[in-house]
Amino acid sequence: MSAIFWGVIGLVAGLWISAQMWDAALNLPPYFSFGRLRTFHTNVLVYGLGIGAEFGVFYYLVIRLTKRPLLFPKLARFHLWLFNIGVAIAGITLLLGWTQSLEYAEFEWPIDIAIVILWVIFAINIMGTIFKRKEQQMYISLWYIIATIITVAILYIVNNLSIPAGLDKSYHLFAGVNSANVQWWYGHNAVGFLFTTPILAMFYYFLPKSTGLPIYSHRLSIISFWSLIFAYLWTGAHHLVYTPLPDWIQTLGIAFTLFLIAPSWGSVVNGYFTVESDWSVMKNNYLTKFFIAGITFYGLQTIQGPSQGIRVISSLIHYTDWVPGHVHMGTMGWVTMVICASVYYIIPHIYKTTIYSEKLANAHFWIVLIGQLAFSITMWITGVQQGAMWKMTNPDGTLKYTFMEGLLRNYPYWQMRTLAGVVFVVGMLLFIYNVMMTIKKGKAELEAKVEPATATA
Amino acid sequence: MSENKKLYSNALIFSLAAAITVLIGTIVTMFLPMFTEGMHPKLKELKPYTALQLAGRDIYQREGCVNCHTQTVRPLKSDVLMYGDYSKAGEFAYDRPFLWGSKRTGPDLARIGGKYPDDWHYQHMTNPQAFYEKSNMPKYAFLNDRKVAVEKTISHMKALGFPYTDADIEQLKNSTEMDAIVAYLQSIGAAVAKKAILQIDESMVEEVSPFAGNKDAVLKGERLYKAECAGCHGQNAEGNIGGSLVDYAAAENPDRDIYLTIANGFEGAMPGFAAACKSNFFVTYPRLKVQCRALRLSMTKKKSGRWWSTLRV
Repeated sequence: MSAIFWGVIGLVAGLWISAQMWDAALNLPPYFSFGRLRTFHTNVLVYGLGIGAEFGVFYYLVIRLTKRPLLFPKLARFHLWLFNIGVAIAGITLLLGWTQSLEYAEFEWPIDIAIVILWVIFAINIMGTIFKRKEQQMYISLWYIIATIITVAILYIVNNLSIPAGLDKSYHLFAGVNSANVQWWYGHNAVGFLFTTPILAMFYYFLPKSTGLPIYSHRLSIISFWSLIFAYLWTGAHHLVYTPLPDWIQTLGIAFTLFLIAPSWGSVVNGYFTVESDWSVMKNNYLTKFFIAGITFYGLQTIQGPSQGIRVISSLIHYTDWVPGHVHMGTMGWVTMVICASVYYIIPHIYKTTIYSEKLANAHFWIVLIGQLAFSITMWITGVQQGAMWKMTNPDGTLKYTFMEGLLRNYPYWQMRTLAGVVFVVGMLLFIYNVMMTIKKGKAELEAKVEPATATA
Repeated sequence: MSENKKLYSNALIFSLAAAITVLIGTIVTMFLPMFTEGMHPKLKELKPYTALQLAGRDIYQREGCVNCHTQTVRPLKSDVLMYGDYSKAGEFAYDRPFLWGSKRTGPDLARIGGKYPDDWHYQHMTNPQAFYEKSNMPKYAFLNDRKVAVEKTISHMKALGFPYTDADIEQLKNSTEMDAIVAYLQSIGAAVAKKAILQIDESMVEEVSPFAGNKDAVLKGERLYKAECAGCHGQNAEGNIGGSLVDYAAAENPDRDIYLTIANGFEGAMPGFAAACKSNFFVTYPRLKVQCRALRLSMTKKKSGRWWSTLRV
């Protein structure tokens, strides 16, 4: 039992710290789009930080929610090593220019195969543990975990079907318009099932755990869950508004995108009302504000996202910096907040200690919040400006600005954004420091406990 | 309720239910459309990529050009004015994958093929800042020094089933990566007939520039020249890719001819600037009085009225 217990510690800590190292390193280079580096940035963050954290946290969650140890603890340890090696190699191949040019699925086929193997190892362990659980009912978080595992497998395999042409090159099995449709069915749902459902799984577990307040409505969480995973898969085409994709698919995508507000807000409302029963936890429990700020940004994200799908709005902001602004509110405001809070909760629990510094954690919260807001807001402003300058015409119908004139007006905003990124990274460095110190503290306390015991023996 | 309990306590049933739920949308919006004609249109004029073009496309992918450049012109007035005819579904049948992109940090490239002469691309790819001083595009000078990977390209052509001849392979052997990417860029959008979005004819332009002798206009024109024209015609109008304008001015062409040249361009040699010309804006250079003003194009009225209506807006 204790071996497994320590195995999990190794996992969570190892995964987390390794993932964080990708993150910090990646936020430092200037943001100006450089073909290979941008791909490197998105993929290492999605696969290294996002999925890495999800692997670790899910192992922790599943053990608690099934009331039993992992089915294959050694496999999990192997999984950790394979994952770290995989992310390192995969990152290098992107810098070498091995790419399928499919957003968030850029990795070439050898890496794809490795990722599928990783996912299968993970799925066997998690699903196996869930199947052999000691707790009869499955908690909400487990639903989201199961949905994540199944859907990501389907998405990833289908979109990466390709014709290999050498180790470093392959061509999409799907061509032209069809290729676009498959890619954005994947692309949008990769966001959904890597950045929404897994984070909700964490949210539904750690919010009640850290505050001691029960989830407000079980029925609401049921409705939210099923309608969310049902509607998500219809919406990919909102990335292809005004492209040559058949109109009916676009319109269907937009309609379901608007519908998606409902289940998303189901979880938002559930979160708020959970804390509604005792708002003092916001003050007394430093973790609560991470979750509440996180779910607030999730709420804003899921209002903003669907409105972006509407044709009129899309015609203004699509292809501009508004979209990175939107994406970063989700990743920096929602995903990162909840993951950080989950780790703040987990680490002291596995090391049987308390957090190294609550003050630091509070500072981390505010710095990260400011960085993220500054980032997103500057991007929205510059995005609207860009879109407007592209559209603006003279009274005689000619364009008012050339492309270059529009571009030059972005520069000050892009500089501000870099600054905001630096602020965010400083916040994240505080987080890593705090977690490392907590682990150090936990180990020291454990040794202190063990020593007297051996002395008396 | 008892059913519900079973659902949430039986992992297998739950997993199946979740899988079915996510598959419904998948089937309707992604899987079934694959078998409809709308997803596989092909323009008659569309040709598979030649070996050199494919090598160029591979480089375009490798360098991640798609991260900054889209390749789809939306059926919106401003998109069409800025780039050209909107993208047709049948243009992309040989694109694996599609490269429509999602962000325009740089301009759209769906209508770049044939817009400029090859020389423009060679020089611009090598040093974009020579054309636009503050451009944020990276320099791709290293492509000039690299030979195309011939064996790889052949295996790529085979994988895609594109036809090629021995002459194509010979050409590959003598080509740099820069040759390849320029060949690819020039092939983009080739299946769609070029049509000038704004064609200015004589009747729309005054014979003599109303700005003749206006000093302010000359200054503005000079700035505009530096921003838009100097890359091809030289900082001092001495000529580079485009001809010398010193000579051109010496020839004392009538104002109206100069105006029409700038507005309409020459296909494959010089892009027309009609859509980008500002009303009451002047393009002029010492001794070169060109005005690009008042494209009172009657766009809202007769001629181009039909053109607007073809848009889906």
